[in-house]
Amino acid sequence: MNLSVVVSQFWPLLINGIALGFIYVLISLGYTMVYGVLRLINFANSEIFMVGTFATVIVSRNIFGYSLNTEPIHGFKLIYTLVACLVASMLISGVTAVIVELIAYRRLRSKGTNRLASLISAIGTSLILSEGVRILTKSVPYASPRLLTKFNVLTFGKVGIRIDTVMVIVAGALIFFLVDRFVTKTLLGKAIRAVSMSEENSRLMGINLNRVISATFLIGGLVTGAAAFLYVTVYEVTVFNVGFNLGLAAFTAAVLGGIGNLRGAFYGGLALGLFEEFASVVFGGQWKAVLVFVVLVLVLLLKPNGLFGEAVQQTRV
Amino acid sequence: MINLRDKGANLWESWGRTKRSTFVIVLIALVGMLPFAGNFSFTSILNTPISSYQAVLVYPVGMYVLMALGLNIVVGKSGLLDLGYVAFFAIGAYTAAILGTHTHLNTWEILPIGMAAAMFAGVLLGLPTLRLRGDYLAIVTLGFGEIVRIVALNSPSIGGPTGIPAVPNPPSILGIKFSLDNMQGFFWIVLVLILLVIWMVRRFTVRRPGRAWEAIRQDEDVAILMGVPILRYKIWSFSIGAAIGGAAGVIFASKSMYVAPNMFTFNVSILILSCVVFGGMGNIWGVILGATILAYLPERIRFISNARQFVFGLSLVVIMNVRPDGLLPRKKREKLTGAKK
Repeated sequence: MNLSVVVSQFWPLLINGIALGFIYVLISLGYTMVYGVLRLINFANSEIFMVGTFATVIVSRNIFGYSLNTEPIHGFKLIYTLVACLVASMLISGVTAVIVELIAYRRLRSKGTNRLASLISAIGTSLILSEGVRILTKSVPYASPRLLTKFNVLTFGKVGIRIDTVMVIVAGALIFFLVDRFVTKTLLGKAIRAVSMSEENSRLMGINLNRVISATFLIGGLVTGAAAFLYVTVYEVTVFNVGFNLGLAAFTAAVLGGIGNLRGAFYGGLALGLFEEFASVVFGGQWKAVLVFVVLVLVLLLKPNGLFGEAVQQTRV
Repeated sequence: MINLRDKGANLWESWGRTKRSTFVIVLIALVGMLPFAGNFSFTSILNTPISSYQAVLVYPVGMYVLMALGLNIVVGKSGLLDLGYVAFFAIGAYTAAILGTHTHLNTWEILPIGMAAAMFAGVLLGLPTLRLRGDYLAIVTLGFGEIVRIVALNSPSIGGPTGIPAVPNPPSILGIKFSLDNMQGFFWIVLVLILLVIWMVRRFTVRRPGRAWEAIRQDEDVAILMGVPILRYKIWSFSIGAAIGGAAGVIFASKSMYVAPNMFTFNVSILILSCVVFGGMGNIWGVILGATILAYLPERIRFISNARQFVFGLSLVVIMNVRPDGLLPRKKREKLTGAKK
């Protein structure tokens, strides 16, 4: 127990927690949106994230040709490099997500089979992706060149808040806002919400189910790709199993806020990020996962639909 | 689609008592002979290229069949999605390791203790979480599986990341020795446990608990209305499954003589769940077939060792697409219809 650190470093912990929380928010959107329309845990989402991190690193290393000891770049060049990495990560993750849906879910869904079969085929796809990348990269972690000068924007005593943390918060909030607007305002967003309320009724209303589900996977993938880009910008390294723990935490965040509910994912992600950041200085980093689990169980016991209510009716396995 | 299960069931039902018992005895004898199959030329195709064939028969094959049967009670019979089954395996293994190295109890005395410990953990986890809806149960059990591993990893008193070495082998019974170079003994023990579990599951299926589980799986709300005390039967299902996992853990620890946290990762839970679904949820023969294939295949194709998990993932996707109900699905009338409303 180390409570004095919490007091002396409250602000840096708070801001880092929010930044971590936004990464969780974006990944958990991938889970929560797919869960909304299909009532399925998209097991492959963590691998979609992993593919995005590799896309980011490979674009900056192999396409722009930056090596690990490149000096950070500035100005317009920096902005377009970062935007190119972001777009590449989003596109590749989005396309991967759509392909995952085609391979793992569509055929099974058209046969009207049980949910566990889809779960296993999603697990299979997830294995294919992570093992494929493991073989291709020979299990070697890929480091990303530092393109952004990591100067401190704010300082609290000895500890500073770096520019990348601020970037994650701003970009995360912006992306979440856009997705939220998209789902509430556009026609396709309306269709997605309709499908998550009732598949049969939305089909009767003339909604092309397959198109909506593909679109959901695409959006989930794009957002997860953005999270992957932000993750690489902050941590500057990726490895084939990077998605596992983050995916688990993001899924917990989605459940915490009420799965299937976009705003729930937002609050759940932030709450989890903050909690992890504070809990790991108080109890030690190795107990982080245990504490997250305890919180999850407590929340589920006291509020079984998540903190902010889920947007789905009762379903069963 | 070829319906092997119905063909098998029809054949079985057409047989008389003597024919059935002869078949069962011959089958058990043949399976019991499996450890020696590597020695004969016509069966040596079963040999695994890199790892010792007899060891492979015990772990993963025998263990996975045992654990898949245990998980089948939870997932297949009562429809509760458990993604952290490895936790009970780990609890059994650690019980065996701690008691085996610190006390004079031998493996046979530890076995019931390990099962009880796993069962207790199952009840403890089940009491708060089995009230929850399926998907939440999935994530909570998943978390629980990771927690058990993390606690073992971060507790220096039980070895931390290095685990516990020098777990004693079981003492011999009926002249059968149990040691690293006598793997067939372990195989026979696992086989006996598997047979016991099969017998137990078959008895349960036709009696009150089996009917209650079936009702819970098909429709919880209707089951409540029909007066089934669903929480009690869910906890029974959960803790019986846990006890079987614990038994597998005890045998595993005394067989490998060593336990470490990295043996009990999430992947094991997923693999065992895959065994259940791949073979055919709810049907014990399907589950046994599925577990045998999924445990044996990665060892058999070890020559492509680097890509074997990849091929495994690929085969999961292909098989689930071709046979979504598993290789040997349960009877059609038992199947859950309209799972998603």
